[in-house]
Amino acid sequence: MSTETLEQPIKKDSEALFSKRRKRIVSDPLNDDNPITVQVLGICSALAITIKMEPTLIMSIAVIFVIVFSNLIISLLRNLIPGRVRIIVQLAVVATLVTLVSEILKAYNYEMYKVLGAFVGLIITNCIVMGRLEAFAMGNKPYDSVLDGLGSGLGYSWIILAVAFFRELFGSGSLFDVKIYDWIASMTGFQLQTNGMMVDSIGAFMVLGIIIWVQRSKTGYVEH
Amino acid sequence: MRQSNGYVILFTTIMTVVVGGLLSFTSQFLAPAQKKSIELDTKTQILGAVQELKEGDDILAMYKDRINSLTVDFEGNVVTTNAKGGAMVAEEVNILKNYKKAPKDRVYPVFMYMNEQDTTKIDAYILPLYGAGLWDKIWGFAAMDNNLETIVGVAFDHKAETPGLGARIKDADVRDRYVGKKIYNESGELMSVSMVKGEGNEGLTDHQVDGMSGATLTGKGVNAMMMQYLESYQAYFKKVKAGAAI
Repeated sequence: MSTETLEQPIKKDSEALFSKRRKRIVSDPLNDDNPITVQVLGICSALAITIKMEPTLIMSIAVIFVIVFSNLIISLLRNLIPGRVRIIVQLAVVATLVTLVSEILKAYNYEMYKVLGAFVGLIITNCIVMGRLEAFAMGNKPYDSVLDGLGSGLGYSWIILAVAFFRELFGSGSLFDVKIYDWIASMTGFQLQTNGMMVDSIGAFMVLGIIIWVQRSKTGYVEH
Repeated sequence: MRQSNGYVILFTTIMTVVVGGLLSFTSQFLAPAQKKSIELDTKTQILGAVQELKEGDDILAMYKDRINSLTVDFEGNVVTTNAKGGAMVAEEVNILKNYKKAPKDRVYPVFMYMNEQDTTKIDAYILPLYGAGLWDKIWGFAAMDNNLETIVGVAFDHKAETPGLGARIKDADVRDRYVGKKIYNESGELMSVSMVKGEGNEGLTDHQVDGMSGATLTGKGVNAMMMQYLESYQAYFKKVKAGAAI
């Protein structure tokens, strides 16, 4: 699996800013090593917040922010953190960043805070964040860790955005709250029916399952 | 050295101080902006019960122009001091905290929507509502005409009702159903206004509105909330009708 090669610290001082290896750090989690569809992490939030596009987008930005900066901070501190309490230290860093996100949302986007309030807090328990800290940032340099965080964050984001796209379109007949079904009805006179199952978690499971199926039939990935 | 107990204690102490300091600083720094957001949100909802608001409206200015407020207790008497002994501000009453008390121990804010020309004349009374939906809490505001008999508008919001089903209480087409409905029957008994099961019902009375199909339980929550709060304001309504200058 590609993660195994990634997770070994590679000692090379004068490496290009976007060397092949570094590009792979970012691009691997997008497809071959996607945190949701391949590593099957962060499923909870993928189900909970993907009913509509807008909160999903805000959640994506929040997760990318938290994962990039926690990776950076942990990587900077990696030689100072005592091994026995490293999980607690990681947790403290993640929790602090999450609280910052939540406080900033509350101050500047109260609407979103009301929608996402509980879920933003749950970024702390998003296994992707802790997973990257433990598997990558503890053993790699800051810049590589930032790239790794960015890759994992984007890999998480595009999947939940794809799930939200189908769930909002079929479940509520809209995208970003723009009523697509009503627009189609006004253009063609044919009113499409929304599917109530899509607004339920079951819908998320099904969409996610189909995405995983399509992806694995393309990449040929098999679980051992 | 990195594994010694002394180092672990030192590291965690420093970390706690740094993290704690950062968080309390942020909290202090953002508090005014957060207070403003919450105030804007409350005032948007209050105004939203009586008029359609557009993107870009200056809510705070509109609110200042049109809304007078006061707070009453269960007996309909005006309350002027809050629990801490300070001046009672209706906008700052925490409806959730009050909801957790027994109805007769609560305080009840009243927001009066003043006439645009004659600013001493009241166009509508806006009352807060609070209750339980299917999954979590629901709340809102109901606006009564100046005779305190007919509903001129409602605004609902919810924490976690099902999108597309119960969450529709926020939608304009559901809210508009309440407009013009009466809360008393001919003999003057409080009937409130309740959602019935399903949509497209025929022969709805003055006290009934269509429900939301697939969300009967959210509808029941809304009905209970309306009834309970309208009941609680009865003493105040009677005083206003009797001509008391409040």
